[in-house]
Amino acid sequence: MNNYDFDQIAVEMKGITQKFGSLVANDNIDLTVHKGEVHALLGENGAGKTTLVNSLYGLYHPTSGDIFINGEKVVMDTPNVAIGHGIGMVHQHFMLIKPFTVVENIILGKETHKHGVLDMERATKEVMELSERYGLTIDPTACIQDITVGMQQRVEILKTLYRGADILILDEPTAVLTPQEILDLIKIINNLTDQGKTIIIITHKLKEIKDVADFCTIIRRGKKIDTVKVADVSESDLASMMVGREVSFKVDKEESEPGDIVLEVNDLHVKDNRDIPAVEGLSLKVRRGEILGIAGVDGNGQNELVDALTGIRKAESGEVLVNGNNILGLNPRGILDHKVSTIPQDRQKRGLVLEYSIAENIIIENYKKAPFSRKGWLNFPAIREYARKLVKEFDVRPDDENYISGSLSGGNQQKVIIAREISNNPDLLIAVQPTRGLDVGAIEYVHKALVAQRDKGKAVLLISLELDEVINVSDRIGVIYEGKIVGEVKAEGADENEIGLMMAGGSNS
Amino acid sequence: MKNPLKNSALGITLISILLGLFVGALILLFIGYNPIEAYSVMLNGIFGSVRYLSWTIIYATPIILTGLSVAFAFKTGLFNIGAEGQYIVGALTAALVGYYVPMPTLLHIPFVLICSITAGSLWGSIAGYLKARFGVNEVISTIMLNWIALYLNNFFVLNEKIKRPGSEATNKILDSAKIIFFDVWKKSPDGQAFRKAHPFFNDIFRTPANAGFLIAILAAVLVLLILNKTTLGYSLKAVGFNKDAAEFGGINIKSSMISSMAIAGGLSGLAGAVQVTGFTREASALAAMEGYGFEGISVALIGANNPIGCVLAGLFYGALKYGGSKIQPRIGAPYEIISIIMGTIVLFIAMPKLIRMMKITKKKEAE
Ligand SMILES: Nc1ncnc2c1ncn2[C@@H]1O[C@H](COP(=O)(O)OP(=O)(O)OP(=O)(O)O)[C@@H](O)[C@H]1O
Ligand SMILES: [Mg+2]
Repeated sequence: MNNYDFDQIAVEMKGITQKFGSLVANDNIDLTVHKGEVHALLGENGAGKTTLVNSLYGLYHPTSGDIFINGEKVVMDTPNVAIGHGIGMVHQHFMLIKPFTVVENIILGKETHKHGVLDMERATKEVMELSERYGLTIDPTACIQDITVGMQQRVEILKTLYRGADILILDEPTAVLTPQEILDLIKIINNLTDQGKTIIIITHKLKEIKDVADFCTIIRRGKKIDTVKVADVSESDLASMMVGREVSFKVDKEESEPGDIVLEVNDLHVKDNRDIPAVEGLSLKVRRGEILGIAGVDGNGQNELVDALTGIRKAESGEVLVNGNNILGLNPRGILDHKVSTIPQDRQKRGLVLEYSIAENIIIENYKKAPFSRKGWLNFPAIREYARKLVKEFDVRPDDENYISGSLSGGNQQKVIIAREISNNPDLLIAVQPTRGLDVGAIEYVHKALVAQRDKGKAVLLISLELDEVINVSDRIGVIYEGKIVGEVKAEGADENEIGLMMAGGSNS
Repeated sequence: MKNPLKNSALGITLISILLGLFVGALILLFIGYNPIEAYSVMLNGIFGSVRYLSWTIIYATPIILTGLSVAFAFKTGLFNIGAEGQYIVGALTAALVGYYVPMPTLLHIPFVLICSITAGSLWGSIAGYLKARFGVNEVISTIMLNWIALYLNNFFVLNEKIKRPGSEATNKILDSAKIIFFDVWKKSPDGQAFRKAHPFFNDIFRTPANAGFLIAILAAVLVLLILNKTTLGYSLKAVGFNKDAAEFGGINIKSSMISSMAIAGGLSGLAGAVQVTGFTREASALAAMEGYGFEGISVALIGANNPIGCVLAGLFYGALKYGGSKIQPRIGAPYEIISIIMGTIVLFIAMPKLIRMMKITKKKEAE
């Protein structure tokens, strides 16, 4: 930290306004970033952070406003112009070619060649030099589809560096990372600024801002609220500046009153994509009126467990009972009909049809039912009315049920999914990483909604990589390790270290 | 400043068409013909008389339907290269049912159409089933099914019991199965007298003007309704856009693939039926693919996979085909120029980025 040079302004954005139709996504925003600084952008979902950096990267063309790079005014027509001025961007959703290797992805579009023949050897050498210089360890010959999300992100960062980026934009880089990967990324960011790179980072996690950023610009509903020196403010200051009210990080809830068993999993075995056992003899029970949280390090069978519970993936053996009925082997429709709803972990892959409007996405599980359709004909007024109600209730922004889901900000996409699943009024709600990419205000809302489900006598299964969230929201915590529940503790007064030890495969004392 | 990347698909289509005609003109010039002369012959050949217009519509009808077939499949995430084969099966069915199953007209026409639609549907759903059950890519399976359809057609048509003596085709369908307007009456003395008195209608009756175009428009409206207003269209499109999310939402993606290919196949089968009952009146042995299905791919592309767009694109293509057929006899320029023009248009439409880039540079020059 503190590598920045107050005399050199790397990026200056002046009076940026971006309108989409009648919606003002950015409203006269100023942003000043010094060379060598880590500058965080903070704001609620849909505040306009991604839009602002997209303008800087030439993806959007602001309705008005000017951009200066190292003091020179630049019209960012296309990303190529931005790249030419030393700007690189790692998007909220990665843009890598899966079957290609790491090096192939990095050099794509800027291949080194000898007499028209791709010079792979030299390219690999150059990439490895960069990787060593900034501590971005990678395996150059691995295929993208075989490496972890954290590794893919390093590839994205290297890709920008390979194109000569001096100013890096990272849009929610930590939303998809595991806690360990986040620590690694912070180290990498520090290496980058040590060597004079400038970083603009978007994150909803206040702790990360405190950890890496020098300055933070807060945006609320498209308007800039303030730019603050991070060292001078606390996390709760940041939160209230961003939301405009006090935010509580604790979840208030009564003691749970568990009732009958809703979900019972016995000795479940599931294989992963590579045909290797991922869930190996897992058993658990969730009762009415309680939240069971599953804590664990990513890749210990959580995904396969959820896939099997939702009917996406076949289980090898075992038993899954919902209200006493075996649902193993049913397709997703059959499982939905047993009053099981799921908030999936990947909102763009499983959660939404991005081309569809909010309203169309809201009815995807119920479009065949009245009043949404009659005799095969969709009833649009009823669909829109229902969607409008949910959009209001869950504070989706903009509050327009005809809005195309793909144009929503990441966090608002998540809200649409949550609204849909909770309003299904299920007996069992499975929530997988339900607050990924949400701002602190929205997180508070979702946590309250989960507790409200519990209080209505529903069973909730919460699967999250964030231990804080699991401890805060759950009533009981099961720790998953290598496809099994290796220990269970009461959430009230749970000891983080003890759980952490179990997550790492230590004995369950 | 307006976002130049947001140029409408319609704009790109129109520019592509102009570019295609321009490239066609360049080539004509290059091989020694006057492009202005060629194009005016074509234009005159399309709009010069009511008869020409009627022919244009007749040419357009089957490719509007195959275009709808390709577009429908595409909207649901499938690439139906098999419109050709589905067309062949539909045409063969129409020729056989139209001849061997005598009925009163009011019943016969719908019966023939339904049989052809069913045949095309079945043919299409084979590819859908192979994809759903075994993961066979529909591009590959439909190409193979095209050839199977072709040989199946020849097998039936050339069968001694079916073949019309002295020909390589089936017997002509019965009058009751024809959708040609007033086909019997217009040749009767009454009809002849009427035609003498009304040159306008005479002009039309000199062509096999038929109800096919109306059927095609009806089909386009139906496709539009299915896609936008029904639960079926909702689920099929969801699978087309994002099958993972559709599956998660409880939509059966396997049966969706089969339904989608069945509907697409039915549309192509209908194209075959309309062509036989409205124009050829027979199914003939095929030495090679006739191309109605493949032309449907171009129509769908130019029509931006929109049903109304397909009708317009089909008319455009039909006009080029018919008007273009006149440049060879008149000025000797090769008919193949039409294929080159169409190919170029499709190429440009498939490269919207190129056109957008050209627009951006133009804008900059203007500034
Ligand atoms: N291409 C677009 N077309 C229309 N509206 C858009 C487009 N891109 C963004 N928006 C709208 O602009 C607003 C700001 O979106 P943006 O993606 O910048 O939010 P964000 O601050 O990044 O939120 P999040 O934290 O949820 O990612 C939102 O209301 C969004 O729906
Ligand atoms: Mg964003």
